[in-house]
Amino acid sequence: MTEYALELENLVMHFGPVRAVDGVSLRIPKGSVVALVGESGSGKSTVGRCIVRLLEPTEGTVRLADADITHLNRRKLRPHRRDVSIVFQDPAGSLDPRLSVGDIVGEPLRLMRRRGALPAEQRNIPSAVADALRRVGLRPEVAQRSPHELSGGQRQRVSIARALISSPRLLVADEPTSALDVSVQASVLNLLADLQRDLGFACLFITHDLSAVEYLADEVAVMYLGQLVEQGPRERIFGVPAHPYTQALLSAAPVPDPSTQRARRPVLLGDDLPSAIDPPPGCRFHTRCPVAIDKCRTVVPESRVIGEGGHQVACHLVNDDGTGPDVRDQADTTGGVAR
Amino acid sequence: MTGSVLEVKDLSVTFRTEDGPLSAVDRVSLQVTDGEVLAIVGESGCGKSVTAMSLAGLLPRTATVEGSVMLDGVELIGADKRTLRSIRGREVAYIFQEPMTSLNPVFTVGYQISEVLRVHNGLSRQAARKRAVELLKLVGIPSAERRVGDYPHQLSGGMRQRVMIAMAVACDPKVLIADEPTTALDVTIQAGILDVLRALRERLGTSVVLITHDLGVVADLADRVAVMYAGRVVETAEVHELFARPQHPYTAGLLGASPSAGRHAGTHRLNEIPGLVPVLAQQPDACTFADRCPRAIDICTTKQPVLAAGVACWNPEGR
Repeated sequence: MTEYALELENLVMHFGPVRAVDGVSLRIPKGSVVALVGESGSGKSTVGRCIVRLLEPTEGTVRLADADITHLNRRKLRPHRRDVSIVFQDPAGSLDPRLSVGDIVGEPLRLMRRRGALPAEQRNIPSAVADALRRVGLRPEVAQRSPHELSGGQRQRVSIARALISSPRLLVADEPTSALDVSVQASVLNLLADLQRDLGFACLFITHDLSAVEYLADEVAVMYLGQLVEQGPRERIFGVPAHPYTQALLSAAPVPDPSTQRARRPVLLGDDLPSAIDPPPGCRFHTRCPVAIDKCRTVVPESRVIGEGGHQVACHLVNDDGTGPDVRDQADTTGGVAR
Repeated sequence: MTGSVLEVKDLSVTFRTEDGPLSAVDRVSLQVTDGEVLAIVGESGCGKSVTAMSLAGLLPRTATVEGSVMLDGVELIGADKRTLRSIRGREVAYIFQEPMTSLNPVFTVGYQISEVLRVHNGLSRQAARKRAVELLKLVGIPSAERRVGDYPHQLSGGMRQRVMIAMAVACDPKVLIADEPTTALDVTIQAGILDVLRALRERLGTSVVLITHDLGVVADLADRVAVMYAGRVVETAEVHELFARPQHPYTAGLLGASPSAGRHAGTHRLNEIPGLVPVLAQQPDACTFADRCPRAIDICTTKQPVLAAGVACWNPEGR
């Protein structure tokens, strides 16, 4: 038995010439929450889709607990489907509008019954659905409703109920709160935190918003242009971020406090993101990195451990003890604006 | 009052829909003084964008607009098309959330910026193009001379938004209305755009109405804040005051619900606001937040609180 719910080894996913994911290795210990953070186009959602095998990876392996599911076909994959679930960003697009909420939430159980894999305590599907709805804070009567009758927050609760009804060992949550209003976002984040604590599943929380994961995640992995640039325990990533990109991300998100926010100097990286079709040689971040040196332009930095808890970084400028430049100290605040 | 560039009084907007009338904005009053950044904050459906669009007559014909919007002494509600046309782009300029859909894909960005200058300021083709390059430099676009000939699809999202800003400030408008200007952008790009807006405001002294749902953006840029809920302004305050001492329970709830790096170490929970934002056919004579409010008292459900001392609440925080 392994101690990991998920192991990704050198995961590669190319779409024709687009190198969306280019060598990602990541482990999620059983029962822990790992946040995968990155901006649009970093490949974070593609990683999520490879894990639930909506995509078949180009290279590398996806291992769930003890099973290598990287290249299993549909039929062979079926017994593993219940072990990993996904919640998508847009709850309106991911719930079938022609089905009732009860049918949507109960569908995983009906599929398990067809395979003869339905556990005895869930034989009565309507009552199992009612339980699942109650667990996510919805009234069981919601089962009779259609998704379009529900608000965005309620729909996302339905998605979570469906994802968790098969008691998965791993939940992939792909920007589950990004489409929601602030006040609703808070309640969905709290719900996920409570469920994770009570049910003990492992979770990969994919997000572009570092602040959303600080109180949820045990570990954080930061992705840039198809690769991980830094990963480690939450306290390390927020406290002593080593990679210039992580530092920039942390400094860029505005803080909802005027005095603090106005005293901060965000690191400005420039607007031009390189393309995943033709990623820059050497370190992929060097075209936007404020402290890049010549070596960064030619030599690909290897990921190496720089601190406790398996804190890893892929940057030439970080020393083995984790010390190195902090781009937040030398932030340029002109924004390239002529003054 | 001197220095009030934009004065909105009792602005109401009702939409005719298949299911009957829908009240989107209910008697909203706002002032924007010279060079000030006023943020209008609220969640989806609170009426913040409808308020912004009604300021220069951008709403569809299904909308009935009542009340008054005075821009530098000129009434805009009910103004004829010619008046509005001369004001839009010159006196009031807009920056929208999605730069790709607001820019015309078949013209170069230089052409689109020039067009504004030629129409409003009567500049020649050549002079307008020269000014377009200057404007692109002003908003921080590198190698502007080359970029001026680019089509929108050749630019990144952040660059496009900079182009939108350049177009908006081309005629040195009195009021710039920025409707969720950074919402579609990544945080590292957003930081750059906020910086441009800040720099322009310092440099040009333009008044800005900033529409946003993001309290971090408000904290960064705003001088004064109006919080909207279900079509009404529930609180207005100077920005530091609002964050330090929110008076309306909804404002306090929003502040508590916003995650922010560094505040939630460990197992800290986020503040929740129970219930849902109501969709209103008609505005009731009651507080629309009452059924979600932790501080609601009897009068809240029977009489609408009016905005007094910066807050529309019968039982505000800290009293």
